[in-house]
Amino acid sequence: MTLKQVVNNVAEMPASKKAVVDINKLSLTFQTADGPVYALSDVDLTIEEGDFVSFIGPSGCGKTTLLRVIADLEQATGGDISINGVTPHEAREKRAYGYVFQAPALLPWRSIERNVTLPLEIMEISKEERVKRAQEALKLVELNGFEKKFPWQLSGGMQQRASIARALSFDADLLLMDEPFGALDEIVRDHLNEQLLKLWARTNKTVAFVTHSIPEAVYLSTKIVVMSPRPGRIIDVIETNFPNDRTLDIRETPEFLEIAHRVREGLRAGHSNDE
Amino acid sequence: MTGMKLDKFCLVAAIAALLALIFPLSGIDGDTGKQVAFVGDIPGLAIAMALCVITGAAFTWLGVRSVKAGMVILAVAVFGCWQAVDVLYDHGVAGYAALGFWLFIISLWAFVWRGIDVIANFHSLDRSKQHAANIVVPLAFGVWLLFVWEVVVSGFGVPQVLLPPPSMIGERFVNSTDILASDFHQTFVKAVLSGYVMGCGSAFIIAIAVDRVPFLKRGLLPLGNMVSALPIIGVAPIMVMWFGFDWQSKAAVIVIMTFFPMLVNTVTGLNAAGKLEKDLMATYASGYWSTLFRLRLPAAMPFVFNALKINSTLALIGAIVAEFFGTPIVGMGFRISTEVGRMNIDMVWAEIALAALAGTAFYGAVAYIERKATSWHPSFRVRRH
Ligand SMILES: Nc1ncnc2c1ncn2[C@@H]1O[C@H](COP(=O)(O)OP(=O)(O)OP(=O)(O)O)[C@@H](O)[C@H]1O
Ligand SMILES: [Mg+2]
Repeated sequence: MTLKQVVNNVAEMPASKKAVVDINKLSLTFQTADGPVYALSDVDLTIEEGDFVSFIGPSGCGKTTLLRVIADLEQATGGDISINGVTPHEAREKRAYGYVFQAPALLPWRSIERNVTLPLEIMEISKEERVKRAQEALKLVELNGFEKKFPWQLSGGMQQRASIARALSFDADLLLMDEPFGALDEIVRDHLNEQLLKLWARTNKTVAFVTHSIPEAVYLSTKIVVMSPRPGRIIDVIETNFPNDRTLDIRETPEFLEIAHRVREGLRAGHSNDE
Repeated sequence: MTGMKLDKFCLVAAIAALLALIFPLSGIDGDTGKQVAFVGDIPGLAIAMALCVITGAAFTWLGVRSVKAGMVILAVAVFGCWQAVDVLYDHGVAGYAALGFWLFIISLWAFVWRGIDVIANFHSLDRSKQHAANIVVPLAFGVWLLFVWEVVVSGFGVPQVLLPPPSMIGERFVNSTDILASDFHQTFVKAVLSGYVMGCGSAFIIAIAVDRVPFLKRGLLPLGNMVSALPIIGVAPIMVMWFGFDWQSKAAVIVIMTFFPMLVNTVTGLNAAGKLEKDLMATYASGYWSTLFRLRLPAAMPFVFNALKINSTLALIGAIVAEFFGTPIVGMGFRISTEVGRMNIDMVWAEIALAALAGTAFYGAVAYIERKATSWHPSFRVRRH
């Protein structure tokens, strides 16, 4: 299959499901002292309900920026974007998504448990419920037993897991995750990938997931978005058709390897644009 | 003796003590034409000096390698200090001390220095032991300074008007607790505490308001610097005219002095929260007040406590100086200015000692609360591992 065919395949998909994120001709230019930085240019993308979309691309290609635009932390300078049919701002006000930042961003004066309950506290959920949900979320990332510790007493990877638990705690339908597993070792990463996939399959959440790892992207996603820098844009969107209850074993299948190969080709193409 | 290092401090101590035995202890009394005292007549002192020679010589070779050895030389030094004071007051050397006496003090100095040095370098995982060492070092150093002060003032016969010895100040302190207590109540409890609470409290609240007005935020720092450069000497009499002689005018001076440090620090602190953390709060659609209480104020706490500590010192100084410009007949500043006029210098020093104690305790209390409240901050948390 060539690149064009894949893109066509995507275009021919029946638009049966509800669009959670709808992006049209979106662009974003940062005005800096050294002149404009074209972080995003002409981005078209639809994320449907229940999609698991991975963003992959070289450093600086605008993955974080795109996620931040969806989260209303950054304002697009051109094009349209809607989240669940409303503007990103309104979606944010409705607490439509949970965001996992590239860095843990835990508050150092709060214990791990109180960090996880922070969003629940802001959303004025009762104390018992808060503690219960924090327990569940921490269990999911295997941090139970560390509730009373402070962030600086945990390793970098544990801190990152705590920040994932925090994003899961209030059960938003849309999860925006910026390289959540970047700081973890391979085994823990595999394990959390499985956990995340199970959670996704069980809850029918919509996930937008940034990663630098091709196997991770292929294993987790229903849709892989390959990006390229300067200006940041989407150069390929690849759909996968693995069953929802897939296990890590699929990484050995020819199908898997084929898609991984295609992603790699896309990344290469993006890189060669640089030189 | 290659590879062997002599302990220089102990060497100095031994040699100085040896010379102290040889050189005359005191000068000649004008009336009798004789030396006031001889080492040979004072067994206690002779033993102390000999002990210094022996221990000094021994540790010059052995080196002071353990806390135990440090304790031994400190014990010898303490005995020596006791004998030195004894000889000053009980054998009439006060005002007549000569080379022999000062050589002995030098010997003691070398011992104390070495002993404190060893304990200061003591590191232990046992927290109670480490804690004890952390207390002993400044305490020993403080006591040593008092001793040197005492000995120098008495030994040279410095006139009391210039500088009384600490023992005299201590005596005055103990004998005037009534006056000191009422002065403390007037100056510290009434003026300092109320002025401090009002100044810091109002500045804190206004800082939160100012934080919402961008142009005030930027214009504030220069204004703050200007006000902190205002001489309190100029402000105090005006406050006395406005608020009367009693503690209210002193509290007003303190409010002026403490207001801007608190304001500027709090405004800076409110902007200390990182961009990422603010973004995090934004993703929860956290409102202004929620973000203020959950993120910005906690992040500002180290700055706020910094101002609280600065202000604890400023407040006491302000109150005492302000009392120079009129007060009812009580108060620490009042007492200092009147007793100076009456040449009761020991009373002045007793008030100074009281101010030092109160100031240290005040600062210490604020620092203690800071440590409890911001134990998460990198400057404290290393110790809690
Ligand atoms: N606030 C900003 N101001 C100016 N330029 C910015 C800003 N944020 C991002 N950029 C620029 O936009 C481009 C895209 O950045 P972005 O952080 O989205 O990259 P990324 O794909 O997430 O990279 P990485 O994989 O390293 O995290 C980069 O060239 C970056 O320098
Ligand atoms: Mg990024």
